[in-house]
Amino acid sequence: MEKQCSYMKALKCRECGHEYALEATHVCEFDFGPLEVVYDYERIQGRLTREVIQSRPQTMWRYRELLPIAGEPTVGTQVGYTPLVKADRLAKRLGIRELWVKNDTVNYPTLSFKDRVVSVALSRARELGFTTVACASTGNLANSVAANAASVGLDAYVFIPHDLEQGKVLNSLIYGARVISIKGHYDEVNRLCAEIAGKYRWAFVNVNMRPYYAEGSKSMGFEIMEQLGWKIPQHTVICMASGSLLTKIHKSYQEFSKLGLAQSHPWKIHGAQATGCSPITTAQKAGLDFFKPVKPATIAKSLAIGTPADGFYALKVMKETGGHGEDVTDDEIREGIRMLAECEGIFAETAGGVTVGVAKKLIAQGRISAGDSAVLCVTGNGLKTLDAVAGHAGETREIRPSLREFEAVLALDKPDLARS
Amino acid sequence: MPVQVRIPTPLRKLTNNEELVTVAAGTVGTAIAELQSRYPGIKDRLLDEQGAVRRFVNVYVNEEDIRFLQNQQTPLKDGDEISIIPAIAGG
Repeated sequence: MEKQCSYMKALKCRECGHEYALEATHVCEFDFGPLEVVYDYERIQGRLTREVIQSRPQTMWRYRELLPIAGEPTVGTQVGYTPLVKADRLAKRLGIRELWVKNDTVNYPTLSFKDRVVSVALSRARELGFTTVACASTGNLANSVAANAASVGLDAYVFIPHDLEQGKVLNSLIYGARVISIKGHYDEVNRLCAEIAGKYRWAFVNVNMRPYYAEGSKSMGFEIMEQLGWKIPQHTVICMASGSLLTKIHKSYQEFSKLGLAQSHPWKIHGAQATGCSPITTAQKAGLDFFKPVKPATIAKSLAIGTPADGFYALKVMKETGGHGEDVTDDEIREGIRMLAECEGIFAETAGGVTVGVAKKLIAQGRISAGDSAVLCVTGNGLKTLDAVAGHAGETREIRPSLREFEAVLALDKPDLARS
Repeated sequence: MPVQVRIPTPLRKLTNNEELVTVAAGTVGTAIAELQSRYPGIKDRLLDEQGAVRRFVNVYVNEEDIRFLQNQQTPLKDGDEISIIPAIAGG
């Protein structure tokens, strides 16, 4: 990739507009509003063209000018550019003309969209001189911080709720990260991390590095548009934990539209949550612009954030784009996982089941018209949440190595075939 | 009514590092006014220009968000605890 300098101008409070230097800080000192990176779009305009993007390697860093680092990326340089799958069989099952699945179950290296945000956060953390990185996590983020930190020799502390899936715990430990399990739910983990971040000079990717970290999610949206032939999808269905991914995909559409990289037309952003942790969709359905914090109880543990940091902005995006929020029960989540697996051969974790289940509901309600086209953002791999579907995915049938026994089984499945 | 107010880290500069402050007030609104008279400047950090609680500040009375009670008119009784918690990052 060619040498480039920074296109960042400052950090800016989303509430009062007060500007801050490009350091490791995430809330406005005055009104506690979240800080966001401001870019020099005038300089980006004209330099970042479709041709320039297409000439670069197929990773998330091909949109480098719109990602918040000053120099070249040094962590996670291979992340992103996951498949956008035309999901014809699932489209038929859900009753919609055209459906696409953005498949981050195969994102590199830890099989979730979190590798996008972590590669940005850790590249920026190194620019700012940090040697220890940390995070509060529901699992996927912990895995990604652990792996990406290991790949460049950063020290990593990850803080997780005590009741996570075993697969996600092992997936952090294996990289040599220090894993601290907290007796509490995610929001309590997060509150502790805010205190730790205030005391030690560590780069907490989702606390003091959050303005940089969150921008990494935009790459998922940039890729969707490029893979659709530089088009913004009519409908995008996105699962929500903090709500950050949803707001950043919307921002990616705005940026490509502003820079003339994608045709501009109205788009709708829909938010998906699990019924057992649905503060944002509950507020959306009630027409509120604020949400009531909840105590999560759902198998979709990666989405189990009861006090979503970007809930307010996620509500705003759904409202402004004419999108909707909907939520699904644990059984509907498992059904969503199975539908995606059976129709498209993609095994998503519980969050993916939430997205598919909510898409099904919104199509059935007519909120996504049957004649339209939609993209589903599937954010993590099913191999990480095997516990959630164990006992719900059919059963093996054991026989002796005998043709007669096999044919007895086959007769149950396909009587016609077995008779012949 | 004596009630206790839990002060978050970012505001403790204003309260001489006091984490727990006792005020006498009948509503959340008067509790905030009482805090302001003792720790000048704290009101502007909690309330916006219209006098409403800032969006990224959460105020709880005994663990319940005041936006689901009666906001600043929420009545207080002896022994209630008010928690002020800035919205936190995460996810």
